[in-house]
Amino acid sequence: MSTLTLKPWVFLAGLFTALPAQADTYYEMSGKVTADLRYFTQDAQFEGQDYDTNLSFTVEPEFFWEWNDGTDSLTFTPFLRVDERDSERTHADIRELSWVHIGDDWELRTGLRKVFWGVTEFQHLVDVINQTDAVEDFDGEDKLGQQMINLSLVRDWGIIDLFLLPGFRERTFPGEEGRLRAGVVVDTNRAEFESGAGENHIDTAVRWSHTLGDFDLGAYWFHGTNRDPKLLARDINGQTVLVPFYEQMDQLGFDLQATIDSWLWKFETIHRDTRSENFWAAQAGLEYTFYGIRDSAADMGVLFEYGWDQRGQEADAAIQNDIFLGTRVTLNDAESTELLAGISHDLDYDSQSVIIEASRRFGDNFKLSIDGRFFSTDNPADLSYSIRKDDHLQLTLERYF
Amino acid sequence: MTLLNNPFKALLIVGLVTAPTITLAETPEEKGLRIAEEAKASDLGWQDMQAEMNMILRNKQGQESVREIRMKSLEVESDGDKSLSVFDKPRDVKGTAFLSFSHPVGADDQWLYLPALKRVKRIASRNKSGPFMGSEFAYEDLSSFEIEKYTYKFIRDEACDGGECYVVEQYPVDKNSGYTRRVVWLDQEEYRPWKIAFYDRKNSPLKTLTYHDYNEYEGKHWRPNLMKMVNHQTGKSTDLTYGSYQFKTGLSDKDFNKNTLKRAR
Repeated sequence: MSTLTLKPWVFLAGLFTALPAQADTYYEMSGKVTADLRYFTQDAQFEGQDYDTNLSFTVEPEFFWEWNDGTDSLTFTPFLRVDERDSERTHADIRELSWVHIGDDWELRTGLRKVFWGVTEFQHLVDVINQTDAVEDFDGEDKLGQQMINLSLVRDWGIIDLFLLPGFRERTFPGEEGRLRAGVVVDTNRAEFESGAGENHIDTAVRWSHTLGDFDLGAYWFHGTNRDPKLLARDINGQTVLVPFYEQMDQLGFDLQATIDSWLWKFETIHRDTRSENFWAAQAGLEYTFYGIRDSAADMGVLFEYGWDQRGQEADAAIQNDIFLGTRVTLNDAESTELLAGISHDLDYDSQSVIIEASRRFGDNFKLSIDGRFFSTDNPADLSYSIRKDDHLQLTLERYF
Repeated sequence: MTLLNNPFKALLIVGLVTAPTITLAETPEEKGLRIAEEAKASDLGWQDMQAEMNMILRNKQGQESVREIRMKSLEVESDGDKSLSVFDKPRDVKGTAFLSFSHPVGADDQWLYLPALKRVKRIASRNKSGPFMGSEFAYEDLSSFEIEKYTYKFIRDEACDGGECYVVEQYPVDKNSGYTRRVVWLDQEEYRPWKIAFYDRKNSPLKTLTYHDYNEYEGKHWRPNLMKMVNHQTGKSTDLTYGSYQFKTGLSDKDFNKNTLKRAR
């Protein structure tokens, strides 16, 4: 189970002064439960992974209160996953526990929250506030709640977001029984930090975002603990384990999307400065959508992106010189049937991966998805070498309430 | 001389004398445009509006599915309206919100908020002809009426559910529209639409929309409680019911930006 260091003082002080008179409070509960079954098509590479199927369940309710005519609200979203095989993947998190107060042209958001920045589809380079919940999936899209005080100001020249981030969430990693991991298990109990304050370092960020005609753009500066750890080999009781080491960093980020007719042009770039390195990285691409294919209601989008990292093959990021090609088909039917398929090709290591995601609603409250991930590499220097035997299909049933 | 001592009256007389000739010279195109302008003018000044939208989608077999949406709109002088919609049902898209700045000419600005990822996406608005939430309503059927979006032709006067109606053909200006034309029945008293017949890109009959249960708000703004869209080519239909209409609630520009989109719920 991951540890959660919630700092109640972060928001409770303000919350209690704003608490509602019961009669005026609007309350609502919603959420979902899911069951997913993974089928691995190949025998595993590493010890502890000797299985083909894995069953997993999640529950994620959302409790919501609103008062003072909607100017104050509280959202609580706990999350629990129970995994058949991997004790590290069995974990709980508070995705959100936050109080939002709305002023005339400002908002104060306090508590555990999730923030997304960026425009590209195959990599989320500029998205920096939340830690990745890496046991959920290897695509990096699942995030842990981050404690924050976020003041957001709406001005004619854009939206300014000021962040104070008291405390840090460590990345989750698959355990010994988990698949989709490196050959050596990451021991998350032995994390090391550059900062003497460790996980209590207070990070800060400021972001400006704005829309100018067809262009949506954003720029930020982040100062604090790098969400991406260096993995250091350590000898613990005669056994080699990987230990996450979290450095301090300053990062500048910029993102831009131009929306012109059926075209979306996307660009993200970061400059990251840490004790051990100092580099630029970028992800850029385009998306074109064909609407109403063959006089049907269906749309088909075609996506192309390129990811680059100045560190090249020295990078501890999976994307350093990679191209991506994808297609998104939406039937626009009553069941919201969708299909996304993509292939990535690493130009340095000559390796590929393929993703397929299809989903459809059944009845009013159920959704069924089928995902497939396939990896192909024969270069041990490639980061995806350790998951090359982890091709899998996943069937997910979601029940919304 | 007594008549001319008041220039206003003189103007009136000149107007009265010349007006019949203008009417006689009016072409069907000019009359169609004039009716559209009068219809638009009759509804100006609503300022802002909030309502709940409920859709019942029916397929050919009669199977139903439900969409629930809450919406806010803002009247914008000399531009298209701004609107913010939040989806409540189906539950898998609950919290998904849609922000739109419409423009009489050119592409609308549209953003979608995806609550699971907390992501705001600017989306292409080129897809006017696509179905809204899998329903028989296309996006263009739900966007605000602007004079510049069509060219017009008056066809005839005809009795309709609203009394005596103007029947006007409207030809979409936007090449991305899914229609070659719409035939609209507007009553002559209040310029309320009662029926619209849609013709597809091949000019074949596609859909018919009928308006029911009009109520008057703020003394001049007529809104239907029910709109029924029937697709003649697929046999599917969608009933769109509106409820909890509220006008002039004090919404402003500040209620329509990416921050309000993210917390629309």
